[in-house]
Amino acid sequence: MTAPAIELVDLHKNFGATQIIRGVSLSVPAGQRHAIIGPNGAGKSTLFNLISGRFTPTSGTVRLNGEDVTGLPPHVINRRGLSRSFQVTNIFPRLSVWENIRCAVLWSLGYKYAFWRGIEALPDVRARTEAILESIELINRRRVQAGVLAYAEQRALEIGITIAGGAGIILLDEPSAGMSVAEAARAVALIRKVSEGRTLIMIEHDMGVVFDLADRISVLVYGQIIASDIPARIKQDRAVQTAYLGTAA
Amino acid sequence: MSDVASGVANVPAREALSQPGAAAVVRLAAPWLALAVAFAILPAIFTSGSALTMLSLMGIMIVFALSYNMLLGETGLLSFGHAVYYGLGGFLAVHAMNTIIHDRLPIPLPLIPLVGGFSGLLFGIIFGSVSTRRAGTAFAMISLGLGELVASSSLILRGFFGGEEGVSTNRTKLLHVFGLNFGPQIQVYYLIAGWCLLCMIAMYALTRTPFGRMCNAVRENPERAQFVGYNPRMVRFIAFSLAGLFAGIAGALAAVNFELVNSSEVGAGQSGLVLLAAYIGGIGSFIGPVIGAVLVTWLEVMLSDVTDVWQLYFGLLFIGMVMFAPNGIAGLIMMHAPLWQARAYRPMLRLALVYLVALAPALVLLAGLILFTEMTYHLSVKATEGTTISVFHIAVDAASAKSWAAAAILIAGGFWLFRMTWPVVGAAWHEAFAQARGAGSVK
Repeated sequence: MTAPAIELVDLHKNFGATQIIRGVSLSVPAGQRHAIIGPNGAGKSTLFNLISGRFTPTSGTVRLNGEDVTGLPPHVINRRGLSRSFQVTNIFPRLSVWENIRCAVLWSLGYKYAFWRGIEALPDVRARTEAILESIELINRRRVQAGVLAYAEQRALEIGITIAGGAGIILLDEPSAGMSVAEAARAVALIRKVSEGRTLIMIEHDMGVVFDLADRISVLVYGQIIASDIPARIKQDRAVQTAYLGTAA
Repeated sequence: MSDVASGVANVPAREALSQPGAAAVVRLAAPWLALAVAFAILPAIFTSGSALTMLSLMGIMIVFALSYNMLLGETGLLSFGHAVYYGLGGFLAVHAMNTIIHDRLPIPLPLIPLVGGFSGLLFGIIFGSVSTRRAGTAFAMISLGLGELVASSSLILRGFFGGEEGVSTNRTKLLHVFGLNFGPQIQVYYLIAGWCLLCMIAMYALTRTPFGRMCNAVRENPERAQFVGYNPRMVRFIAFSLAGLFAGIAGALAAVNFELVNSSEVGAGQSGLVLLAAYIGGIGSFIGPVIGAVLVTWLEVMLSDVTDVWQLYFGLLFIGMVMFAPNGIAGLIMMHAPLWQARAYRPMLRLALVYLVALAPALVLLAGLILFTEMTYHLSVKATEGTTISVFHIAVDAASAKSWAAAAILIAGGFWLFRMTWPVVGAAWHEAFAQARGAGSVK
């Protein structure tokens, strides 16, 4: 039995006296598409920040493929094979779309801080960048400054940067937020395509997207997971309905 | 703006994704060959001794300003203490030269910049390991502190820094190769030009490496860079160390040129000067600091000849650039790039004529301001030397009301006429772009 892709053990995070994450334990096996849902302020983004190294947990453990990564800085966690997107678009706004993706493929291809090799003469960098741009359908926008892309395009670029390094574990924070129905449908198709063969954890408010994509759903309420199950049973869970779905319906 | 331009220029056309061929190599090398030729023939065009000295100073400043822009323009690090690496490079170079002369070591003068570069790199690594842990304001403050630290130690450690008078050397006493003794300025010029070209190529190449691109990424969004696997501190640290290397080379070239290094070269004045040069030229493109270095050196030499308050004009120029052209001279030029790319030569020509029309009253305004400044300066500082001064080779009585009235008329009239040209310039600008767009190539 291989170790789960992500394993959280009794994770806590306090900001001052305020407890945001209050004992989260979760195990996501490799290859699963896992959605985290919950009302605003439940601590979903904080949970992502703890997993990806943006914040250090107050207590508890984060394991990646069985390795303890608790408290490591984001770039180290990224190198161990976890990549994430952000709820508020987080790209390199004044670089071209091409440069945005290229910067995201460099480390994983082993170029690190190389200042002795010309970047234009690296065929693997070029090929990977092109392939990513094809898959997020921005290849024809590659010369455009990322900051002037349309919103939905920026969200696609955000996903592109996240998957460009070939990480095995992907965290997506509200990938369809702020999108029209048609754009969200395209985003779902894109996420389905790019998460093929990887472990995906995503925070999402759009229940259509969640039930469409997720193999399993965890419900986070007030810093605790109150239910974690397959979509069909989450729909029926009375506690979930009262805490979350009930208010939405 | 121009970062984007440079970023976009690197995007390959889809059909050209194959390996660069011979044609691409020629295209890559052509500008540098042209520059090498220009460096070679410049002394034949500007033959006077003072011109040769100025060209030498420009070469040094180009290297220094480009090294500064590795921090400010490429990596987004605002340093107030870059002269530390320039000055220490100079001091170690001058000490190395004296040791070589004393011990008769078989090392020729052209290799001395390596000593400066190594020193700059070393101190860049030492100070950079502290200062690059933070970006933004904290980095700027630490760079200022380190600058003050080194500047004040230069007055305490007299053995190394030579106190008030500095450390001197004799560049002609080193091992002579190819019969060059580096006595005449022309030989020193070519030494500087050669190193300048080498450093320019190296620094340009550096921007087109994985590391160089990640410098831009860290400048734009250090957090995102971290989430794609890069440690922003490490990127900043390497950039800082390499900037120190090139600043040290520039400092050593200055030491060779003047045969003297004193404590002012590590000081805030020198740090400020390189900031001005890079910023006025434009930090958003590679060519910007080069333009800035040439202009600032020229102004420094020319203005200090004709007026005592040249630093005032210098400061005003800087303020003007920050307020009205934050992308520098290179940025102003790049604004017209779309017209050039659209081959809209006719609209460009018309635009140039309109600029000339606007320039005339602007010069009148400038003349009035200069007259006002010079008279004020003379009356407040040099009143004992009489009231007659020479402005633009015209004798002016600073005490007469007529002179002040003339200045007032020039300022008011010049501004009024200049103000009237603004809408004309704006209209010409829009028309030029509309025509170019009509031609179909400007988006």
